[in-house]
Amino acid sequence: MSTATTERHDAAGHSTTPIVELENVGKSYGNVHALRGVSLNVRQGEVTCVLGDNGAGKSTLIKIMSGLHDHTDGTMKLDGVVRRFGSPREAQASGIATVYQDLALAPLMSVWRNFFLGNELRKGPLRTLDIARMKRICADELGKMGVFVPDLDGPVAGLSGGQRQCIAIARAIYFGARVIILDEPTAALGVKQSGVALRYIVKARDAGLGVIFITHNPHHAYLVGNHFVILKLGRVVLDAHRDDLTLEQLTTEMAGGQELGELSHELRGVDPGKVIDPGEVEHGQVEAPALSPEERKAVEREEEEELRA
Amino acid sequence: MTATATEPSRGVATQDDRVATRPLAARLLSRPEVGSLIAAIVIFLLFMAVAEPFRNVANVGTILYGASTIGIMAVPVALLMIGGEFDLSAGVAVTTSGLSASLLAWNFGLNVWVGILLALAVSVAIGAFNGWLLLKTGLPSFLVTLGTFFILQGVNLGVTRLLTGNVASADISDMDGFASAQNIFGSEVTLGPVTLKITVLYWVLLTVIAAYVLLRTRAGNWVFAVGGDAAAARAVGVPVRATKIGLFVAVGFCAWLSGMHLLFQFNTVQSGEGVGKEFIFIIAAVIGGCLLTGGYGSVVGASLGALIFGMTQLGINYAGWNPDWFRTFLGVMLLLATLVNMYVKRRADLR
Ligand SMILES: Nc1ncnc2c1ncn2[C@@H]1O[C@H](COP(=O)(O)OP(=O)(O)OP(=O)(O)O)[C@@H](O)[C@H]1O
Ligand SMILES: [Mg+2]
Repeated sequence: MSTATTERHDAAGHSTTPIVELENVGKSYGNVHALRGVSLNVRQGEVTCVLGDNGAGKSTLIKIMSGLHDHTDGTMKLDGVVRRFGSPREAQASGIATVYQDLALAPLMSVWRNFFLGNELRKGPLRTLDIARMKRICADELGKMGVFVPDLDGPVAGLSGGQRQCIAIARAIYFGARVIILDEPTAALGVKQSGVALRYIVKARDAGLGVIFITHNPHHAYLVGNHFVILKLGRVVLDAHRDDLTLEQLTTEMAGGQELGELSHELRGVDPGKVIDPGEVEHGQVEAPALSPEERKAVEREEEEELRA
Repeated sequence: MTATATEPSRGVATQDDRVATRPLAARLLSRPEVGSLIAAIVIFLLFMAVAEPFRNVANVGTILYGASTIGIMAVPVALLMIGGEFDLSAGVAVTTSGLSASLLAWNFGLNVWVGILLALAVSVAIGAFNGWLLLKTGLPSFLVTLGTFFILQGVNLGVTRLLTGNVASADISDMDGFASAQNIFGSEVTLGPVTLKITVLYWVLLTVIAAYVLLRTRAGNWVFAVGGDAAAARAVGVPVRATKIGLFVAVGFCAWLSGMHLLFQFNTVQSGEGVGKEFIFIIAAVIGGCLLTGGYGSVVGASLGALIFGMTQLGINYAGWNPDWFRTFLGVMLLLATLVNMYVKRRADLR
């Protein structure tokens, strides 16, 4: 395991060639530079975890690959060919399926219509929707995830957040042909469904697909990830293979180095076991756990350095 | 009791015993067209009771004719509303179409059929322009089509006066191709005591085709999706622009069909006609269960809405009431229908 080869091999032994390659990709929203000089490879048969703080640019990154946004700098290659997706439909035609952080479901449409939206099954000379088959597949796929939706004909607006998330995941897994992108798929899921989602990620990898997995949970990331990319303020600050990283190191890196150690030191004095008498407070009476002036200066200095770098 | 005893069989979703299967009645009541169906029945019974001529079978043709002229436009307008957009220019676009065919044929001495085809091109172009401008500017369709509404209104009056020196197009009934065109757009068939205008046939045909497309084809799925959440639809690969432009073009096409009937029914077209009709189409769609916010509705409902208009328009006449009250009646109908829709939907969703 410790041999440092340039070509990685997955568990089954096939060589892992990049499907999607990003080179120095940048993306600006007006004067906000959400991504700067990001290089990243999505390899076949590998789970690439993209990690980072809120607003680090993770969603922006995957939206470029899924065709929702166009990058403003750099190049994106698909199978070695420079590509620019004009729309998510083009990305899908290339076999890239995505679970978006905001899910992308039409609220008033039924469960099965949402599941097959953009990929409708049709039959016969009139190209009629094959409703019976779509409902059956939808029920099967949701069943496999362990979610029970009371009425496939009911609108998704009537479902819980986690149920909706399961629909989005099941849909991406079902339609992803080459690359599956999951943007915080387990954020609203229960323990059981999270487990199922992680199992799906591994299965997709074992089927030889490239998986991109965004999460804030280092345990989830380390359970399934082969490759870890940490973004900070729109730049890649860490790009490491699983062999070169322990869970502790990953957690520390995700928390931005020393910050977690300080936090645990600070919270140790808080005494979570304590229960106090019920009381009433005025608006704004609960003070924000503000940083001391020195701490704030340190953070500001650090951010300035980041920006200059 | 051990923890494993409650573990359901793996891999199979356990049935959720909190949800009972919905009774058939509740499922039927949650359909969008239910409000308009109830309203249509109530209004039918009301006029049957108070208006003697309403009971005369021979008048069925007249009532259906009134309904069909509204329904031919209410159907595409409902599709457009389900797709999340409005078209305030739909009323005057009908007039523009009739005027185009008539003025082009008359001014250049063309066969009437050439004028008809040119008018089709004009109508489809107006629809495509509305859609294109909407997507290009990102403005709400309410504003964009309000603009087209005023532009077309002015063009209708201005061009007609320029070419004919009059407020109406010249009579084209003696021109080549008029007779055959009138057969297509303005004829009628007699079935026993009932005389049906050909527009009734077009209306029913359009309703059936539109309902089929909306509920049974991929394009229909996309219409619901772009109206429900355009960003989500785009993200999963629905061609949002093409769908929306297609809907505006469908309105344009039906405006052409309506305009041709107008022309071949009366041989001339009044250039000021059509103003205010756009609201009638929208009201019919709303009575039929279309949400103003898009993503929900029914074309069958919109056709029932048109039928309600047809029955009311003539029913008020037949009952000997003062027709001044027609609009008031419409307003009340609109409010009642939307309230019924909301109430029925809420009850049905709660089972
Ligand atoms: N549509 C937009 N217009 C303008 N700025 C945007 C837009 N989308 C994102 N941004 C900015 O880009 C930066 C990165 O956002 P992004 O959504 O990629 O973060 P993220 O890493 O996914 O965060 P989170 O963990 O909260 O999901 C943020 O500063 C955000 O303000
Ligand atoms: Mg995000």
